[in-house]
Amino acid sequence: MDNQLIISTSPHIRDSINTRRIMCHVIVALVPVTVWGVVIHGLSAFWVLLSSITGALLGEFLVVKGRRQKVTLDDCSALLTGLLLALTLPPLLPWWVAAVAGLMATVLGKQIFGGLGHNLFNPALVGRAVVFVSWTAYMTQSYAKSAAISIANTATHKTIEAAVDVASGASPLAAMKIVYDPSSSPIGPAGIPQGLQGSSYYRPLLFANPWGCLGEVSALLLILGGIYLVAARIIDWRIPVTYVATVAALTAITGRDPLFYTLAGGLLIGAIYMATDYTTSPLARKGRYIYGAGLGLVTWLLRFWSNNPEGVMFAILFMNATVPLIDRYILPHRYGKTAKAKGVD
Amino acid sequence: MSIASRLRVRVRGGVHPPGSKDFTAAKPIREIEAPSLLTIPMRQHLGAPCVPRVKKGDEVAMGMVIGDCESFVSAPIHSSVSGKVAQVAPQPHPAGGEILAVIVENDGEYRSDPSLSPPGSWEDMNGNAIREAIRAAGIVGLGGAAFPTHVKLNPPREYPIDTVILNGAECEPFLTSDYRLMLEQPDVVLEGLLIIMRVVGAARGIIAIEDNKPQALKKMAAASKDTDIEVSHLRTRYPQGAEKVLITGLLGREVPSGGLPMHVGVVVNNVGTAFAIATYFSTGMPLIKRVVTVTGSIVREPSNLMVPLGTSFAHAIEACGGFTEPPGKVLMGGPMMGLAQYTLDVPVIKGTSGILALSHKETDYAEPSEPVCIRCGRCVEACPMGLIPTYLASYAYNEKWDELRRLDIADCIECGCCNYTCPTKNPMVQLIKMGKAELARLRDRSEKGREASGSAEAKGGGGDG
Repeated sequence: MDNQLIISTSPHIRDSINTRRIMCHVIVALVPVTVWGVVIHGLSAFWVLLSSITGALLGEFLVVKGRRQKVTLDDCSALLTGLLLALTLPPLLPWWVAAVAGLMATVLGKQIFGGLGHNLFNPALVGRAVVFVSWTAYMTQSYAKSAAISIANTATHKTIEAAVDVASGASPLAAMKIVYDPSSSPIGPAGIPQGLQGSSYYRPLLFANPWGCLGEVSALLLILGGIYLVAARIIDWRIPVTYVATVAALTAITGRDPLFYTLAGGLLIGAIYMATDYTTSPLARKGRYIYGAGLGLVTWLLRFWSNNPEGVMFAILFMNATVPLIDRYILPHRYGKTAKAKGVD
Repeated sequence: MSIASRLRVRVRGGVHPPGSKDFTAAKPIREIEAPSLLTIPMRQHLGAPCVPRVKKGDEVAMGMVIGDCESFVSAPIHSSVSGKVAQVAPQPHPAGGEILAVIVENDGEYRSDPSLSPPGSWEDMNGNAIREAIRAAGIVGLGGAAFPTHVKLNPPREYPIDTVILNGAECEPFLTSDYRLMLEQPDVVLEGLLIIMRVVGAARGIIAIEDNKPQALKKMAAASKDTDIEVSHLRTRYPQGAEKVLITGLLGREVPSGGLPMHVGVVVNNVGTAFAIATYFSTGMPLIKRVVTVTGSIVREPSNLMVPLGTSFAHAIEACGGFTEPPGKVLMGGPMMGLAQYTLDVPVIKGTSGILALSHKETDYAEPSEPVCIRCGRCVEACPMGLIPTYLASYAYNEKWDELRRLDIADCIECGCCNYTCPTKNPMVQLIKMGKAELARLRDRSEKGREASGSAEAKGGGGDG
C-alpha cells in the first residue's frame, strides 16, 4: 500500500477555478445582450453571430491541428473570442466577412503568437481590425436603417430616424459627429435634423438601440453583465471603471455630453469585456489604472480628432501594445522594499 | 488585558482555502502509547545535524541526550522513551531523503533520566541562563520550520527587541494542534510567552489568533487578564501566520527584504514552542513529545495526539483507527505547505505539526507540464510579498537568472498562494523554489570560482616576482 502514495510538492489543495470556468462566466454574462441583439436585429444578426463564432473555432482548430497540439477548443476561449467579435460587428454585415473576421481573430490574433496566454493583442479586435481595413464600406454601412422594434420609441424618435436616413444607417456616434463637426461629413450637415442631441439617444442606448453593432443594443445589459463578472471575481473593476471615467471626464472637459459618449458606441463592451481580457491587460493593480487611463485618453483622441466616429477598437489595440512595458516597470508594492521597512513604526 | 480590537494594518494578498478544521477542532489532546521501536533522526531542526552520543546496545533513559552538536545553530535530541539502542543508521526522514537516526527499543518502563530536574525559576534567571536551558531542552520552533529557539532568542545587541508575538494564527487548513493547546493549557502557553519576553527583554507581548477561533481568543484573553499581554484577533486568511505577514498585520512594520523579524524589533514564536518552554521549566523534561493533529476525511478517528518524538506516522495513524480507504497522499503538515511522504515509516519529529491523509479523490495531481499562463493576475493579487509569481515561474523555467534577481525571487516565502489560486494549475511555487535553489547554487559556484582564481593569481604573482 505504501508505494501507492503520491508524492508532489505543496500546495496540495487548489481553488476550483479553471480557464474553462472563467471563459464560461464571461459567456454567461454576454448571453442576455447577445439574445437581445438577435431579437432586435433579426435573422441577419444571427448569421453574423454564427459565422463569426464558426470562423473563430475553425481558425483555432486548424492551427492547433496543424501544429499537432492538443485541441484546446474545450477551454471555451475561442468560443468567447468569436462571440465577442460578433458583438462588435454590424448586424447587416455579409456572413462571409464575419467568418473571415472570426478566422483572423484566432489565427492572426491568437495562435500565431503561440495560443492562449501568449497573444499581444486582443484576438477579437484583431479579427475586427482586419475586416475593418479590408472591407471598410461593409463595416461602416451595414447598420440597421430603422428601428426594428419600437420599444424605445420616444418623442425624439423621429428626429433620430431622420438622422439615420441621412447618414445611411449612421450609428449614434456617427450622427453626433456630424452634428458637432459638420465638415467631417462627406454629405455635410444637410438634412441632419435640428435638435438632435446626445440626450435624444439616452433611452434607446440604454434599453434597445437598433443603430449600431450587435452588442451595442443595450448599455444596461452590458453593465449588468459587467457587475456580474466583477461580483464573480472574474474581472477587475479597475480597468473598466478607470477607462470609462477617463473618457467621460475628457468628454465633459471638451464640452460634449459625457453620458451620451459613455453609452454610445463600443465603449462599454470594450471597457467591460475587451480591455479586461487577461492576456492583453496588465497583471497588477497599479498597471491596470494606468492602462485604463491610457485607454480613455486614446479613445477620446480618436473619437474627437480622427476621421472615424469611433475609437475604442484602435485604442484597445494600441494600449495592448503598451502592456509588456507597463508590466515590466509598474511593479506591485513589494513587501520589505519600502521606507516603511527601514524604520520601526 | 481583554481582546484588543484596534485597527490593524491590512496586509495584501493571501487566499481563503476551506478551513477543514472541524475534523479535530473539538477533539481534546490525547496521550498515546509509544510504539515498541522509535526512530529518532539526528536532524530535527534547521542548522547543523546532531552527532549520535549513543551507540548500538547502549541503555537510554527517557529524556537522555542521544544526539548533540557543538555548533551554535543546533539543538540536542533526547530519547523519548527508556530502553536500548537497537541501531544507529540512516532512516527515511519526513523532510526527504535518509538521515542518520537512533532507533530505540522501548522497554515500556518510561524511566526518566535521573539527572533531569527543572532548571529553576525563570523569574530568577537572566537571559543567558534561560537561553541555555532552552537549548538544553532541545526546543526548536514547533510551527514547522524548526529553527533552534535559543538562537532566535539571541538577537545581536544592535537589534533590541520590543515586542514578542506569540503565533496562534494556525492558518494552515486542517491543523488544530496550537488551537487545542490554547484551549486546554492557556496558562502554560502564556507562561511560555512571558519567559520568551524575559529572555529578549521585550516589554510588549501579543498573542495573535485568527478570528475563526473565538474559543481560543476567549481562553487566552481570560488567562492573560492580569498581565499586559495583548490578545489580538487576525482576519482569517492564509498565510496569516507567516512571520512577515503577522508582523505587518499587527504592528504595521515591514521586515526589510532579506531581513529577519529582529530587524524591526520583533520576535515571533509559535504557541507550541511557548508551551514546550514553559513545560520544561515546570517539569525539567526536555522536548520529547509534541501535539500532532492526525486528520483527513479518510482517517477513521481524526485526533489531536500527544506523540512521543520518533513514533512512526503509521503508529500515530493506527492510534486514530487507521484509514477508511487507501490514502492518495500523506502529508507532514497542512495542505498548503506540507511535505508529501512516500512511506509511513517516517517518524514524527519536532517540526511535525500534523499528519494529513488525503484520499485518492482529494489528491490533486497533474503531471508537470510547460507552465501555461493566461495572465489573469490572480497570483499577483494573492502574493503576500507583492511579487509576480507567474513571471518568476516562467523566468525560472527559462533559466533567466538576471530577471529572477530583478524581480526579487529571494523574497518568496513559498506559501503556495499563487499555485492555489491559479486557474491553469501552473506549478509556480515549485518553479520558484527550483529557481531559488539554482540561484543559490550559482552564487556558491561563483564565490568558489572567485576564491580559486584569487589564489591562482596570488601564485602567479609570486612566480613573476
